[in-house]
Amino acid sequence: MKKAIVMFSAALAAVFATVTPSVAQDLAGKKIGISIPSADHGWTGGVVFWANKAKKDLEAKHKGLKVLLSSAKDSADQVSNIENMMAQGVDALVVLPHEPAPLTPICRKIAKKGVKLVVVDRGLVESVQNLLVAGDNPGFGRVSAEQLAKAIDGKGKVVLMQGVLCQVNTDRVEAFKKALASYPEIELLEEGISNWSTEQGLKLMENYLQKHDHIDAVWAGDDDVLLGALKAYRESKRNDVKIMLGGGGSKAVIKKIIDKDPLVTQTVTYPPKMIYIAAEEAVAYVSGGDAATGTKVVPAEVIDITNAAENYFPDSAY
Amino acid sequence: MTDLKKRCNAAINRVGGSYLALAVLLAVCAVSNETFRSPGNLLNILRQCSYSGIISLGMTFVIVSGGIDLSVGSLFSFCGVVTAIALRALPPELSPITGFAVAIVVAALTGLAGGTANGLLVVAGRLPPFIATLGTLSIFRSVSLYLADSGTLMTENVLIEDFGGGAFLAIPAPVWVMLTIAAVFECILSLTRFGRYTLAVGASERVSLFAGIRAARIKLSSYVITGFCAGISSFLFLGRLGSISSSNAGSQYELDAIAAVIIGGASMSGGRGTLRGTLAGVLILGIVSNILDLWGINVSLQGMVKGLVIIISVLIQRKGKII
Repeated sequence: MKKAIVMFSAALAAVFATVTPSVAQDLAGKKIGISIPSADHGWTGGVVFWANKAKKDLEAKHKGLKVLLSSAKDSADQVSNIENMMAQGVDALVVLPHEPAPLTPICRKIAKKGVKLVVVDRGLVESVQNLLVAGDNPGFGRVSAEQLAKAIDGKGKVVLMQGVLCQVNTDRVEAFKKALASYPEIELLEEGISNWSTEQGLKLMENYLQKHDHIDAVWAGDDDVLLGALKAYRESKRNDVKIMLGGGGSKAVIKKIIDKDPLVTQTVTYPPKMIYIAAEEAVAYVSGGDAATGTKVVPAEVIDITNAAENYFPDSAY
Repeated sequence: MTDLKKRCNAAINRVGGSYLALAVLLAVCAVSNETFRSPGNLLNILRQCSYSGIISLGMTFVIVSGGIDLSVGSLFSFCGVVTAIALRALPPELSPITGFAVAIVVAALTGLAGGTANGLLVVAGRLPPFIATLGTLSIFRSVSLYLADSGTLMTENVLIEDFGGGAFLAIPAPVWVMLTIAAVFECILSLTRFGRYTLAVGASERVSLFAGIRAARIKLSSYVITGFCAGISSFLFLGRLGSISSSNAGSQYELDAIAAVIIGGASMSGGRGTLRGTLAGVLILGIVSNILDLWGINVSLQGMVKGLVIIISVLIQRKGKII
């Protein structure tokens, strides 16, 4: 009898050892942390959405895995968030830094402790991370300029709207202007400031429509801003503008592309989903599987009528 | 010479220093820029400044009674988000006019509720207004982000959009609303007992209590009025853009509103201020923001120019003296 029980237990253990998939066994008790800026405009709102989705999906997929998520209103706040996560003993950390410089020291400290670090979007001052999942800001500007130039046959008058004044914005705008400069017949009329806000896009466009009799193309640089600028232009009842280009890939703008809006024929993505991709990579680290290192660039892609449907997520907040 | 100075100062006192600053600014802009003078542009300015302008009118009561409300921008966004959610919850077969009525009522009630919360924290909770409304600034914004998943909510009510984007006698709807509210509030502040009591409480709460004025009630009302203004403004904004962003709608409106009231000649410590002054402050801020775009000032320096204009226009009217 005793022997039977022992044998039964052994068999049971053997079955468990082979059947229990790798998914559950090695991730029990593992923790990953995700630290992001709080939503201050549409794109960061998208990041919050995708980070929440990553937490939900990854915790459902990997039993026992815990995903800690926190958002910070500024760099100082973000450093405290990361310290709190360290105190809770995370095995890997995903960080989308508010600003590179103030976040570098804390990230260096983390890397020294052996916590796997995935940095998203903006690189740190020092490459202390295991992996950088980066959007392509100069590429975003360059592709936007090329698309715009193509739509107006390489000649005409362009206005551009800058976002919140920061490194990301500078990288995009500089690359945009550099690419545009190779079209000698294109004239850049204005570069105003939209702060990536719909309301300010509307205001800026109203002012530019008053100031200039003829505008061929508008680079709003952001889909939220585009909606405001579009409203101002439609209300003016003018018909000089041939294309208005946003950026980011918001659902409202992708819907316009699907609905064949004559002015909004495309947008350039800078997908907030990159936080989700980064979280998946962090899980790959803690599960000891093949994990990417170095830099993984999430490229700026053009969404137009050919691929709009597959990029349309009606549930997304962005 | 001194005679001329005296006469100038007397003139400023008569018309109000803020209107002198407004006139100077208008003259500079109109001379320097052709586009600025066009009627279309002037109407744009009026509309562009009307949303934070309506809030400034309510803010005047708060500041005149010796308080401050930092939460208005967040409350503005909160009202818009709640209204957009209410509109989506309505059955689609209802007529747009019902949606319109629901929206205006929900926006106003949410604003009133938010303002009442602020007022109670100050009056019943005895919190300094700066602290109370700093707290609610964070709370209102956070709840709107939560309700809207940090995203932008759309309304699909044509009537609200027609109204918000519409005009009567060429003047845009939100401008009419701003001017009407300004006229009504000016009458309340300068002609009614409530208005006189508000000024008295702001000048000295202690003395007003000895005079038998219920200061708590006056202060509470000032926050309720401001909340109401935030709600109405939010409704108009929702109509204008057909959408409300939970993350950046109304951001920094509190600073614009406070600046407009102070430029308008009100005293930060209470007891002094007029609605017509605030209206001038609103227009000054609107004109500055517009002319910066028209002049094509370097984007990084626009904030500096705006700051200088605020400081200079307060300096011009300080004690009604030029020099």
